[in-house]
Amino acid sequence: MVAVTTHTAQPPSRLTPSFIAMCLFVIALLLTVIQYVGLLPTLLYRLPEAWIPPFAAWLDVAFNFVRYDLALEKVTRWFAEGPLQFMLDTTANILYGKRRWPNFEQVPWSAVAAVAAVLGYSLGGWRLAVLAGATFIWTALIGQWKIAMETMSVLFVAAPLAFCLGLGLGILAWKFSWVDRAIKPILSVLQTLPFFTYLLPAVIFFKVGPTAGAVATIIYAIPPMVLMTTLGLKKVPPEIVEAGKMSGCTRWQMLRHVYVPSARTEILVGVNQVIMLCLAMVVLTAFIGMPGLGAKLLAMMGSFKLGRSFEIGVTIVLLAVTLDRLSKAWVVKLPKHFEKDTPWWIRNKYLIIGLGAFVSFTVLGQFVEWFAEIGRRQSFSQGKEIDTAIKSFLAIDAIQNTTMAIRYVLNVWILNPFRDFLLSIPTVAFIMLVVAGALALGGKRSGIYAAVFFSLVALTGWWDRSVITLYSVISAVILAVAIGLPIGILAARSKAWSERVLLICDTAQTFPSFIYLIPAIMLFGITATSVVMSILIFAMVPLVRYTIEGLRNVPPEMTEAADMSGATRMQKLWNVQLPLALPTMAVGFNQAIMFAFFMVIIAAFIGTQDLGQELQKTLAGTNMGKNFVLGICVSLMALTFDMAIMTWAETKKRALGL
Amino acid sequence: MNKFTTALATGVLAFAPVSAFAADSSDPIVIPIHNWSSQIVMSNVVGQIFEEMGQNVEYVTTDSQAVYESVRLGDVTLELEVWEGAFGASFRAALEKGGIVDVGDHNAVTREDWWYPMWTKDACPGLPSWEALNDCADLFATPETGSKGRYLDGPVDWLKHGKERVEALGMNFEVINAGSAAALWAEIGAAEADKRPVVVFNWTPNFAEAVWPGEFVEFPVWVDGCDKDASVGPNPDALYDCGNPADGYLKKAAWDGMADKWPTAYAVLEKISFTNPQIAEMARLVDIDELEPEEAAAEWLDANEATWKTWLN
Repeated sequence: MVAVTTHTAQPPSRLTPSFIAMCLFVIALLLTVIQYVGLLPTLLYRLPEAWIPPFAAWLDVAFNFVRYDLALEKVTRWFAEGPLQFMLDTTANILYGKRRWPNFEQVPWSAVAAVAAVLGYSLGGWRLAVLAGATFIWTALIGQWKIAMETMSVLFVAAPLAFCLGLGLGILAWKFSWVDRAIKPILSVLQTLPFFTYLLPAVIFFKVGPTAGAVATIIYAIPPMVLMTTLGLKKVPPEIVEAGKMSGCTRWQMLRHVYVPSARTEILVGVNQVIMLCLAMVVLTAFIGMPGLGAKLLAMMGSFKLGRSFEIGVTIVLLAVTLDRLSKAWVVKLPKHFEKDTPWWIRNKYLIIGLGAFVSFTVLGQFVEWFAEIGRRQSFSQGKEIDTAIKSFLAIDAIQNTTMAIRYVLNVWILNPFRDFLLSIPTVAFIMLVVAGALALGGKRSGIYAAVFFSLVALTGWWDRSVITLYSVISAVILAVAIGLPIGILAARSKAWSERVLLICDTAQTFPSFIYLIPAIMLFGITATSVVMSILIFAMVPLVRYTIEGLRNVPPEMTEAADMSGATRMQKLWNVQLPLALPTMAVGFNQAIMFAFFMVIIAAFIGTQDLGQELQKTLAGTNMGKNFVLGICVSLMALTFDMAIMTWAETKKRALGL
Repeated sequence: MNKFTTALATGVLAFAPVSAFAADSSDPIVIPIHNWSSQIVMSNVVGQIFEEMGQNVEYVTTDSQAVYESVRLGDVTLELEVWEGAFGASFRAALEKGGIVDVGDHNAVTREDWWYPMWTKDACPGLPSWEALNDCADLFATPETGSKGRYLDGPVDWLKHGKERVEALGMNFEVINAGSAAALWAEIGAAEADKRPVVVFNWTPNFAEAVWPGEFVEFPVWVDGCDKDASVGPNPDALYDCGNPADGYLKKAAWDGMADKWPTAYAVLEKISFTNPQIAEMARLVDIDELEPEEAAAEWLDANEATWKTWLN
């Protein structure tokens, strides 16, 4: 903050951020050149080992203090083994008949599918009914009912808990500004922290298995809920508030009947986010013993069964798309108001139809076994056939030759030299470069944060690995821009194509990310190319999505003006549409970087030498301090980019009057 | 609705004390499941044996390294596959901390070392000797390793010392670490398409033997102290200049409270011992015949009644 005040005291003409950025850039360049000549003191090249503070050891001491001396472990363990376990057991019993209270039999799959279809119909008509019903029918027919229900049973506990906690925190943050200030940075860090960092503390404090998985899932899903709640409440129009006050509402009534209903849309968008994040995380928590789709997927990949892994991936996508569409339909659908004397059976007709369908299929399941349960042997899994198809596809000579050529060019000529180049830059110069970039994009504040964050990364002693992580992220994002932008621009030309491409984006995003790893390895071997390719698929999604959204939301007056002045299609694109869409596209670019940081950690399963590899190692042990330090390194780097780009996008948007 | 009421009734009965029949606790015995098939089936086999004895059994999916900490804390009751090479270190660390006990070895032995699928031998007929492998090094070259051969080692945290061995024996190979077992299989699977020679880290008993027949590379025979004393082994100045032991142990481990809480189950666990062919058979049922682990376990129990019935008495 001191730096800010001194700067503002200066006459603004000389020390503009871009001027400082320029200076830093030149100094960094000079330092690198001096390093190449061999004249740079090693001290500036890499921080000496002796200077690195033992953050991990300090954190371990702190963790142990909290864990044992403050007896936090006793509290969390009580919570895990008591209430949480009870809730998980209850949903587990209802959904797949685990022998726990209330000791029901497993609900027949046909009954669940029927209820899902009715729910889909009531929210969004026939299309949603078909989607929801078909998803559950597919799950049952493919022989994955039980594992899918294991996953859903955790989701049914985690999502509501995350919703309640997020809503509560969001309301608090809106009511008290100090809460807002306190949790904002925590939420930012949580959103960029690699998921491996959530897993280890969860296991230590909440016992390996579903309880730890549920806790990790909940924490992972809370941030967007908090943010959306605060956002929604802040937007409540003063007229409505006045109306509430005039009718003499108490504070609780104001909240319950005025604020929350007015912020309904934002809160429901938060709910949608919570559900999607929960589903993504519930699959990933297989690493710490969560049974269900994720665990099966890991086992299938461990025994090289591509076909079955793929089928599980499809199930997850279908579930995700169904839940996403259902919750989005719920957002759009406004509450229905009935005439005063409408009988109860019309008010609640969907509830009654749903109940009726449930009961009749449950009864049917008692008589016809097939409607209750489909065993593995009766299922329609095509695992082996898909395996053969994939293998014979890979054996085609043309495919082999192309991938070999791509692999050779990318690895030997581009990726490895680029990595070596980044590693050869002295730490000090590297930090200056990043700061220069942040200054130029996001101004003073971003620059200062960049300097602090990257210096911290250097201080942790994981510099080389951090640079390698960053190198994978940068390479993948550059490639993603090169491929994703043209796709987005082409798709944005027509409404139909936009919708199709957006559907592909949804699918690619919800498809469990670690399935991509296997085909990547089979095509490009255990090399940097595989790593970059698997990140690329994931990072392209937001780029394409936001490009389409940005281009399609360009105000029609503008494009019409361009048409009238006789611009060609190219001129219109370059001079009107792209500049106006740029801020939105920047948000997509930022998301692409965040997704890349997420995926690069998972790519450790291919074989990397970055932070992800070290993180993966800590997962097996009890090395909490190190785990946390590594996670924070990733988070700090991601946050630096996030701030600079988002600030830039905001400023640009305001300048364009959007 | 009839089924529901019976279910409720059995549920209530399940809470009634059964201590009159056995001294064992009615709390569930928690058996960990990892991500490779033989272990999953074996856990189900033992679980079903316990259930036959009237025990309550529950399975929990866990990480195969972190499980020792969970056993120590009693969150998980036992572990059926403690591999000397892969988990020896974690197991010994947990033993030192206390809370976990060694319940004896299986009859099966384990081996982990450099391995190649059979088609590799066509290109390099001198195999399995390591000198012959070294002479064929250029067959294993990839764009990234240049003229050197590539050896694909297990994940770094498995601590297989591939690099050290290459240096100690002066081999013309570059060691690349895969990030996971799945990555190893993907490489073999990709090589299978055009029968490209590969040499990777592998172990037995393992499903891979059934999918891709292959052999271990024969390195200088393991001598005790090869990993601690430089003078042991062919290179007098280097560690890790031998192959891994060809007969590593496969142990069972349990939480130290198990013997008191479930004495009869513990007594059976002490007797349980599987052989290499039995473990391979379990893996085959899942990996080749595509049964679900529970079904595979039931099938195995039907076929091998003579074996496991003797453990019960």
